[in-house]
Amino acid sequence: MSRVVGPRSGDAIFASVERVNAELFTLTYGAIVRQLLTDLEEVDEVNKQLDQMGYNIGIRLIDEFLAKSNVTRCVDFRETAEVIAKVGFKMFLGVTASVTNWDADGTCCSIVLEDNPLVDFVELPDTCQGLYYCNILSGVIRGALEMVSPL
Amino acid sequence: MIGVGKMKQYSNVLDKPLNKGKQEVSLSAFAFLFSELVQYNQTQVDNIAELERRLEDAGYAVGARVLELLCHREKGNRKETRLLGILSFVHSTVWKVLFGKVADSLEKGTEHEDEYMISEKELLVNRFISIPKDMGTFNCGAFVAGIVRGVLDSAGFPAVVTAHFVPMEGQQRPRTTILIKFAEEVLRREARLGG
Repeated sequence: MSRVVGPRSGDAIFASVERVNAELFTLTYGAIVRQLLTDLEEVDEVNKQLDQMGYNIGIRLIDEFLAKSNVTRCVDFRETAEVIAKVGFKMFLGVTASVTNWDADGTCCSIVLEDNPLVDFVELPDTCQGLYYCNILSGVIRGALEMVSPL
Repeated sequence: MIGVGKMKQYSNVLDKPLNKGKQEVSLSAFAFLFSELVQYNQTQVDNIAELERRLEDAGYAVGARVLELLCHREKGNRKETRLLGILSFVHSTVWKVLFGKVADSLEKGTEHEDEYMISEKELLVNRFISIPKDMGTFNCGAFVAGIVRGVLDSAGFPAVVTAHFVPMEGQQRPRTTILIKFAEEVLRREARLGG
């Protein structure tokens, strides 16, 4: 007789996966952004490349997410955003995000990270205004959601 | 997101308190990120040597920063001046902080005076990577070699650092060895200091 397992909380999953030091992660990401800035020079190009890299990660990350978290299908966008913020971010980055700034239609929201491991020790110089340093996260979410969208 | 608008939370990032370094992210997050790093660099180069060099350069920047961070946090701002001191710093402290364990072994080269080897059964960065046959001796451990070179260079011990696969009998996956070859001046200084 099979047992139906309910969805697991972000904390539980994070405690059960193998983890690495966040600083290695932070510094590696910094090295990537630095390489992109040197190669591409244009801030917009770097933003696009970061988004693309995030997309590539997202389409593969979603498999692991679904396998480990056991979430059921989300019924609407609100639930999707909550799951991303509470389970997704916790499971991979070890931090919880909050969802705010819903618009009137419920189609647009902001996910806010208080504590972002990607940006530890980072300060942007004036030459990089307009750089979305964490744009890889946008790409990851975009890639992941595209894989599970009903269309 | 950071960079959007000119608003900053702290006037200077150096004023922000340094965290204890206990924060963690999942291994898969790091593995995904590292794979993107390698894939991006593959599109930018024509040959294996260039790819290794680019990975090493990326690691070099990480190593320089790791040295500063660890010297301040772990050792109270005291820096190593002796060869064995800096090697055991890399082998134990750096490895422990970055990879969660000390390196498997640290050996002195038998053929040359200036060579040392740090070995690891399975480098963290290589865990989810398999090298296709046509890439020959390419090793993503070049990133780690770059980290080690960054640490040594910033500490005042210039060296050439490379990563090699060493096949082991009875094991399916080869061991990885980081080969460190110190520059002349380091050995001369060491001799002068009475090493």
